[in-house]
Amino acid sequence: MTYIPISPKERDAMLKTVGVKSLDDLFEAIPAKHRFPKLDLPPALTEMEAAAHLADMASSNENVREHLISFLGAGAYHHYVPSVVDHMLRRGEFFTAYTPYQPEISQGTLQAIFEYQSLMTNLTGMEVSNASHYDGATATAEAVNLAFAQFRGKRKKVVMSPTVHPQYREVIRTYSQGMGIEEAGDNSNVDLEAGPESLMALVDEQTMLVVVQYPDFFGRIYDYTKLIDDAHAKGALVCIVANPTALLMLKTPASMGADIVVGEAQPFGIPLWYGGPYLGFFTTKKSYVHKMAGRLIGETVDARGQRSYVLTLTAREQHIKRERATSNICTNQGLLALCASVYMSTLGKTGLQQVANLCYQKAHYAASELSKIDGFGLCFSEPFFHEFVLCCPKPASEVNQYLLDNGILGGYDLGKDYPSLANYLLVAVTEMNSKDEIDTLVEILKEME
Amino acid sequence: MATIVEPTIFELSSPGRLGVTMPASDVPEVALPPKDLLRSELPLPELAEVDVVRHYTKLSKFNYSVDDGFYPLGSCTMKYNPKINEDTCRLPGYLFTHPLQPVETVQGNLALMFELQDWLKEISGFAGVTLQPAAGAHGEFTGVLMMAAYHKLRGDTKRTKMLIPDAAHGTNPASVGMLGYSVVTIPSDSRGNVDLKALEAACDGTVVGMMLTNPNTLGMFDENIEKVIALVHKCGGLMYGDGANLNALLGIVRPGDLGFDVMHFNLHKTFSVPHGGGGPGSGPVGVSQHLVDFLPSPLVGIIEEGDDDTAPLYGFISPKNSIGRMKAFHGHFGGGLVRAYTYIAMHGPDGLKAISQYAVLNANYLQARLRDTYHIPYDRICMHEFVMEGQFAGSDIRALDIAKRLMDYKFHPPTNYFPLIVHEALMIEPTETENKDTLDRFADALIKIAEEAKTQPDLVKNAPSTTPFGRMDEVKAARELVLCCWLPENYEEMV
Repeated sequence: MTYIPISPKERDAMLKTVGVKSLDDLFEAIPAKHRFPKLDLPPALTEMEAAAHLADMASSNENVREHLISFLGAGAYHHYVPSVVDHMLRRGEFFTAYTPYQPEISQGTLQAIFEYQSLMTNLTGMEVSNASHYDGATATAEAVNLAFAQFRGKRKKVVMSPTVHPQYREVIRTYSQGMGIEEAGDNSNVDLEAGPESLMALVDEQTMLVVVQYPDFFGRIYDYTKLIDDAHAKGALVCIVANPTALLMLKTPASMGADIVVGEAQPFGIPLWYGGPYLGFFTTKKSYVHKMAGRLIGETVDARGQRSYVLTLTAREQHIKRERATSNICTNQGLLALCASVYMSTLGKTGLQQVANLCYQKAHYAASELSKIDGFGLCFSEPFFHEFVLCCPKPASEVNQYLLDNGILGGYDLGKDYPSLANYLLVAVTEMNSKDEIDTLVEILKEME
Repeated sequence: MATIVEPTIFELSSPGRLGVTMPASDVPEVALPPKDLLRSELPLPELAEVDVVRHYTKLSKFNYSVDDGFYPLGSCTMKYNPKINEDTCRLPGYLFTHPLQPVETVQGNLALMFELQDWLKEISGFAGVTLQPAAGAHGEFTGVLMMAAYHKLRGDTKRTKMLIPDAAHGTNPASVGMLGYSVVTIPSDSRGNVDLKALEAACDGTVVGMMLTNPNTLGMFDENIEKVIALVHKCGGLMYGDGANLNALLGIVRPGDLGFDVMHFNLHKTFSVPHGGGGPGSGPVGVSQHLVDFLPSPLVGIIEEGDDDTAPLYGFISPKNSIGRMKAFHGHFGGGLVRAYTYIAMHGPDGLKAISQYAVLNANYLQARLRDTYHIPYDRICMHEFVMEGQFAGSDIRALDIAKRLMDYKFHPPTNYFPLIVHEALMIEPTETENKDTLDRFADALIKIAEEAKTQPDLVKNAPSTTPFGRMDEVKAARELVLCCWLPENYEEMV
């Protein structure tokens, strides 16, 4: 079916007004030999057939609500989403609007994003938040771009902790290949005992940015204050990639002195959705606002004296600055920023603290019980939030396969990214995991041969 | 003090109010981390659920959307977003699958992605497609990275110039800037085509390629497209197609057949993924055979062939000379790919062609109705959009005023002041999902505004007057830079 609301009679009247005989006559500028190709695509489905076909395909997946008990995180987390969130998101006024270029008729989107910016600055403790990026990885790559612009290309070295999400580091590598950026820090031979200060050995007068993760990819919580002080002494900026759920409980990156705080806000009301779309948040200090990419909403008044909101500092952006723009970014993740805002508002301060506390308590229960199993143990003694590394008696890939055979999505096999960590399993626990599920995981692992 | 029409959620907060709460913990309690690792306060709003619902419902009513009415924003393809897409993308099998699940457990997702890659290849005439890029601009960046990687692998290091027509989207030069290339602007000729002489003069051994939107931002299909592409290829450059305007070409012509080497799709324009108030988009990229090995990693492929009884096993594959990963995980799967898949599946080949036929008919119909009232600088059969001048001889009414006045007639304005090569540009893209009555009412409103410009210019200059908000003080916003708010109790210490 199509969604074209024009009858044959209306079509003919319109063709007459245009002055052509048929629809095909509108396309004479197209080279004749390539005009009107026959597309080899399946025949059209009706809505009823499409709904059934998509449901059929979707049901051939094993999902973490109906089929699998999941302890998989590593950058995407299964959390409870209050019903209100999707009800608000499904309002056509929000999801079928464009970027708010016409503020008189876009105050809904504009105020919602202004509030999102406010929620993120209050969460991270930073002074400014933009209207969001594609995801946590690209937000981190934009932090590198900010630093590059801040030093006007005079410093070209990025020091990345090997315990920043491996995919984020890959994206930074892809993004920066045209800028002559040198990267330091690798995971081929990661030293698990080395604390964050060990990164300072790589930081020098050429370093524009140090990137660390909080909690790190292995789940460990470090206070980065000293690292940040030392990096600042060398003139470098520091970016912290933070998990927003952990920030509900932990000391803010701002209080450690971070210059840029980015991360993946998927845990705030966005479904797992097989990896996207998610929500990259980006916060920084006010002094860097002109170097920051992405959309930005500011408060103002309208001609009637009403408080209102507009896209501001647009002179940084591609449609004005063209090749000298801070980035080519056009879109943000507007609808998902709304999603995170509704999530945070609906749970509110108390509900959010409950979520954080449940994640923490359940993860610690799981860690404690798992480490009692013969042959298993916790790899680290550092404090953790809702994710930790379990050392297994055999390769994590085999442990995961065994768990999957028993209906459990185990953790993330760290051997995939860190060759020396083949027996290490990264386990995530959220409020969605009941004590029964955790006990089941423990019982099944006890029986593993 | 400015009047507050709707307080912020921070202003609505009241300490001790509860919204959705969580169950009690079912595990033995352990101590929290040491105090010096904890935050001292969490300055976030406290509201009841009903407060939240009323707040966002009220905000939503300040928006104008496609569901509200006509939204002829040129270059943005604001077509109707079918409601069935909202249901299919929320099927539990999609909502609740984790991006790092073993491929054996997500064959439904991978089959959908594999099929969508194939469909986009067929629609565009390209040999390979990546679904990873998150938006059009992200796709563009992906495409330019591949062009750079192609030349680099061939040891062709002298190429540092990108040719971009003066009518191009701003993202084109910005994407090029991200690689440190320089931009050479190519003018348009009097018919809105690429100026062939200027192009020929710019083509040499330092050209990375050309980025061309076709139909261009004037809504014109370049009448010399094959010559343009031949000139770029002849000097060793690659041809990039900006797919922003693909809504004019479905079943009409395939960019790959014309000789384009790489093109991004905007699933949020052409394939009905809703714009979401500014995102998320989805910007897959198609490439011709000689760029297939450079596609971002990973792609969805068949890792074990099937037979009559068993389906193939889908998984991830990494192209030989891949530029790398563009984002975490696999692209905008749920919100982008599932909706676009649903849309293409429901249209089939004939339905897709009808989309473009009617998108082009609607644009030409509006152009015909407005031709006598507004100056159309490049006046010929247009594709899915056209550009007219929003100014009148002897009047100081500008395109901006006309745009704002249209709001009083309950229409979203067209894109204005773009493309830059037309004075006081109003760029109108009606899309195929508007009926004749709507187009007539819109044309009537524009004709009426032209008359008002003469008889009641102040009415037009002070528009809009019937919307919930009037014109904004944008200078104040940029000067004062109030970019966030706080809880009332924290306000004084924060400001």
